[in-house]
Amino acid sequence: MASVAEIVEGRGICICAGSGGVGKTTTSAALAAGLAARGQKVAVLTIDPAKRLADSLGLEQLENTPRQVDPKLFESCGVEMKGELWAMMLDAKATFDEVVRNHAPDAETRDRILENRIYRQLSNALAGSQEYMAMEKLFEIHQEGRYDFLVLDTPPSRNALDFLDAPKRLTQFIEGRGMQMFMKPTGVAARVVGRGSSMAMGVLKRITGLDLISDLQEFFQAFSGMVEGFRERAKRVSELLADPATTFVVVCGPQGEPIEEAVYFHRKLVEAQLPVGGVIVNKVHYETEADLASGEVQSDLSDLLDEELAERVARNFADYQALAERDARNVEHLQRELQPKAVIRIPYLDEDVHDLEALLKIDRYLFASEEQREELAASGAA
Amino acid sequence: MEQSAALPELLDKRLVFVTGKGGVGKSTISIALGLAGAARGKRTIVCEVGGQETASRVFRRAEVGFHEVEVADNLWAISIDPDQSLREYLLLQLRVRAMRDLLVRSRMFNYLAAATPGLKELVTIGKIWELAQPDRRVKKADRYDLVIVDAPATGHGIGFLQTPRTFAGIARVGPIHSQAQELDRFITDHEATGVAIVSLPEEMPVNESASLEEQLTGEIGMAVDRIYMNALYPERFSNDDAEQLERALDQADGPARAAVRAALSEHRRCRSQRAQLQRLKRAVSSPVKTLPFIFRPSLDVPSLERLAGALV
Repeated sequence: MASVAEIVEGRGICICAGSGGVGKTTTSAALAAGLAARGQKVAVLTIDPAKRLADSLGLEQLENTPRQVDPKLFESCGVEMKGELWAMMLDAKATFDEVVRNHAPDAETRDRILENRIYRQLSNALAGSQEYMAMEKLFEIHQEGRYDFLVLDTPPSRNALDFLDAPKRLTQFIEGRGMQMFMKPTGVAARVVGRGSSMAMGVLKRITGLDLISDLQEFFQAFSGMVEGFRERAKRVSELLADPATTFVVVCGPQGEPIEEAVYFHRKLVEAQLPVGGVIVNKVHYETEADLASGEVQSDLSDLLDEELAERVARNFADYQALAERDARNVEHLQRELQPKAVIRIPYLDEDVHDLEALLKIDRYLFASEEQREELAASGAA
Repeated sequence: MEQSAALPELLDKRLVFVTGKGGVGKSTISIALGLAGAARGKRTIVCEVGGQETASRVFRRAEVGFHEVEVADNLWAISIDPDQSLREYLLLQLRVRAMRDLLVRSRMFNYLAAATPGLKELVTIGKIWELAQPDRRVKKADRYDLVIVDAPATGHGIGFLQTPRTFAGIARVGPIHSQAQELDRFITDHEATGVAIVSLPEEMPVNESASLEEQLTGEIGMAVDRIYMNALYPERFSNDDAEQLERALDQADGPARAAVRAALSEHRRCRSQRAQLQRLKRAVSSPVKTLPFIFRPSLDVPSLERLAGALV
């Protein structure tokens, strides 16, 4: 079975998708670190404000532009750094401001948007804006062409395709005829459609208050001037995502629910005709061949340890095996859904992963073949 | 002060938001809290947002959707849909049917409702507020003693809870202004509304819980009643045990070796978890309550009931 090296071979972008809390940020960082150590110039874009991760990479804080990780840090972990590792954290608001600056047809429109109260207080809540900004930043950095490889850690989302639809969602509202009515509720347009809309507007003003409506009108009007630029950009972002040089990796945990979500994500990505490389399952309890019911383990343990401790060790092992069996069943189910794509299992390590040393441990599993992973896990190289 | 004193207070509030980093077990704990409330004789409802349907899965029901469905004795569930909440809001707001129909049918209105940033969050909180009122606005609806909300994960959670105040600020006058203000007053009323933050004994969830507590109690002004440290391993092996196990590891082979290794792993994880628990306790000012890791392939109603007992 494949290693992550095969998944990213000959590609330039890897997008890590998945729901929250499954170790997506960690996996993205480990993948980027591994590729960099092997000789590429890599940038990892994260959205998670993982302070300790920034610390472990020797960066004061992750900013909205990539910063290089000191190669000496790798050497102090006994890993030779043949390439370069750069890291940045997405600041959605700052990126949105940049987008407005770049797309606004003139200075007046730009200022009208940047100073609009709806924009200033609610642009983060604008449908899909965080996801859109992640795409935007990826596109921008890719355009600059300064890196061999980009790893994107996407915002946690229950809907795999939120970030794919985001640019479209942002523009289609403003383009819609209903919205045009709202922005220009008088004149010819209103007469053509009839009095319905202006009456609706009257009702709306009554239940919301006048100033909210005028702020909203102002906001959408200013935005409509940028729709053309947005649409063009969105098209190019979509092309980049579907490009053969891009690969998607779904990250998940071994429990039933995260596995189901990964299956769903994978299906959605395939339906959208996007290049999916495989799934990485974190925190897997590897199985051991052992027949617990026979009592053999128990008696072997009694030879090594005092009776009472042997008893506790056996009980603990039974609990562990139950989780391992569950994980194995879930991974098998996932593998059937994914055939013939790779399922890469990362074991549940003894220590919490939040520093470079631990990242590099994960990296050993990521870049190993399935057989090597089994061996690593069996030897307890955690 | 740490253990039992704070929980009755939490369940004596009308409204409890359960929040925390993604993947820490918010949904599980929300339902367990719901069971705990129901067991105390309180008519309780668990609200899910953003299209989640954990309750229907756990209780093996058809999707509950935007309906108040009884899933266990004294326990109801609802999955709050923003579009339907908005419709319901208009229904209550515009008593004249013709006006309401005019608005709902208007294409402009539908575009606007979908495009206005934060509106989904606002109407969701509005519905939660409605459920928590002693006198329900919805016709013939019964009152609940306790409303538990399985709130969005941290990143979106803060913005979610801030929505009423943001809208109250943007709409300076008018009905939206006063209603948004009312929502904000309710969720920041420490007598009525509480928060339970869920954390895990790992680096990032602990960091996030601490900054979440700070934002909720500071900027937003809510009461954080407790922090649940979820999925804590039992302390099965002492340091002395671990030394014996280390020695035994060299002599062991086959499954026995795997068993000894599993025990050593458990010991190490446990130690790192206790260190994280101490770190959390130092970093936060709300009472911390620990919950055991449940060694079950998947969470069923009996394990949730056990967990509900442990919440006390």
